[in-house]
Amino acid sequence: MKAKEMVIISGKGGTGKTTITSSFAYWLHKKGKGFVIADADVDAADMHILLEPEIKREEEFIGKSVAEIDDSLCTYCDICRQLCRFDAISIAEDVYQIDPVKCDGCTLCEIACPVNAIVMVPQIVGKWAISNTKFGLMVHAKLNPGAENSGNLVTMVKHQAHLLSEREEIPYIIVDGPPGIGCPVISSISGATFVAVVAEPSFSAIHDMERAIETAAHFRVPHGIIMNKAGLNKENEKQVREYADKRGIPFLGEVPFDRCVVDALVKKEVAASACSSVAENLGHVFSKIIEVVDGS
Amino acid sequence: MKIAVASGKGGTGKTTFSLLFSKAIAPSFYVDADVEEPNGAIFLKPTVNSVEDFTEPVPRIIPGKCTYCGECAKACPYKALVIIPPPAKKTLFFPELCHSCGVCAYVCPEKGALIEVPRKKGIIRRGKSGEIDFMEGVLNLGEASAVPLIRELKRRVKNYPGDVIIDAPPGTSCPVVEAVEETNYVLLVAEPTPFGVHDLSLVVEMIEMLSLPHGIIINKAQEGNTLVEDFAESKGMEILYRIPFSEEIARMYSRGELPFGEFEEGFRKVYKRIKEIAG
Repeated sequence: MKAKEMVIISGKGGTGKTTITSSFAYWLHKKGKGFVIADADVDAADMHILLEPEIKREEEFIGKSVAEIDDSLCTYCDICRQLCRFDAISIAEDVYQIDPVKCDGCTLCEIACPVNAIVMVPQIVGKWAISNTKFGLMVHAKLNPGAENSGNLVTMVKHQAHLLSEREEIPYIIVDGPPGIGCPVISSISGATFVAVVAEPSFSAIHDMERAIETAAHFRVPHGIIMNKAGLNKENEKQVREYADKRGIPFLGEVPFDRCVVDALVKKEVAASACSSVAENLGHVFSKIIEVVDGS
Repeated sequence: MKIAVASGKGGTGKTTFSLLFSKAIAPSFYVDADVEEPNGAIFLKPTVNSVEDFTEPVPRIIPGKCTYCGECAKACPYKALVIIPPPAKKTLFFPELCHSCGVCAYVCPEKGALIEVPRKKGIIRRGKSGEIDFMEGVLNLGEASAVPLIRELKRRVKNYPGDVIIDAPPGTSCPVVEAVEETNYVLLVAEPTPFGVHDLSLVVEMIEMLSLPHGIIINKAQEGNTLVEDFAESKGMEILYRIPFSEEIARMYSRGELPFGEFEEGFRKVYKRIKEIAG
């Protein structure tokens, strides 16, 4: 049976995705449930800081191909530079150059070059790994700084997590998602059993949460809301609950704001294990999520 | 001068800092380049003067002219086109996969069978709040790439004569590169936690690759916590300002407000220092 995949996203960064995902791992571990952790925030992966993984297998990740010009063949006709829509081709000291960061890998210049001076060269854009942690197996990755294709690397991380779960008959996968609503987020939530969107009671986080929710709805992935840092602004918290009610989105519960969580983070400890003040609320949230995915 | 504000980790205070800084050095131009989740307007509350669609060209296949040869689908590197040859004669286009690169139109051998038409991928809003000019991009939901919209925002401020503050998205991948590229200086807003410092180290790696001058603003600084300072020292980086942790600011922030006017003297010193280095 395919593992149930639960993804934690938020829209806005810094609302507590990793805090909640790591606590989820701790909680499932204590309950004796098998799971794979996948860190899908590949351009700012942080889960390994808390879980101190011991790497079992590590692979390079080949991303997009980028164009390269062979100057010995180039006739300086300028066609490629005029056609490129990504401003990737420039002339410096009479030599045509392609900026590998700006190049989108679209192949237009390669197709158009009348003397075949341009070739597409695959790039290593990062690496991914499978590791042991104190709570279980983890798949994680690191994108090279400035690289593209984080969506594809996210897809690879999730794919590896599913392969692992199939091979070892592990029933659950929990995914720590990236911020935003773009390509890496779409890759994170696609095919998931359930998406939990972490809100915090600030105006801007609510705005971002709504965009994250709409993105999940757009791709038809079942979703719910977790209110983190509750107690900071009652008015906004009410607004989030009303929003959930009005839209018929399950409200999974709230986790109170507590300095202990920040202090735990500074000490690289998991909130659910270090802070009794939030552990119970987190437990309720997690049981609710498990109830939903087990029923689906 | 163009100054980008980046962070690696989300939620460290890029927007808070960018706006307070824009105010301190006004007249200035604040550009919200976090187009996936733009928040600047919530706090700045600008008077909006214009809202424009942001479009990019995508293919449209003209039935009757298309011969279903499939060259366009074969050339598309993003698999955004599917052509089913006769007798079925079907064409499928997946706009969310399209990068608007123009390969399909270029390779189509039939004149007029594949034309490019604009498709809306977001909006660009412009306005003003006091002495601060404002522009933001808002990416449409379901749209994969933020890069083209950020590129367009950058094009529009390229020849702006005054000071431009670019509020970048979180992370270290291509949208951030697009936002910080060709700026004079990058300010990195970091918070003193292990996550904050780790993500700071990643974004520093990226900025070094681009060879851009950069320095650190510590946000939510706490007495006795030297996590960011230790990192900065190990890299020989400059810390330009420390914004202390304040519950009052957090509460204001939650209501969509910021302490405009605070830290102004300090931020003007930061500006002077940046000018010395990069101006």
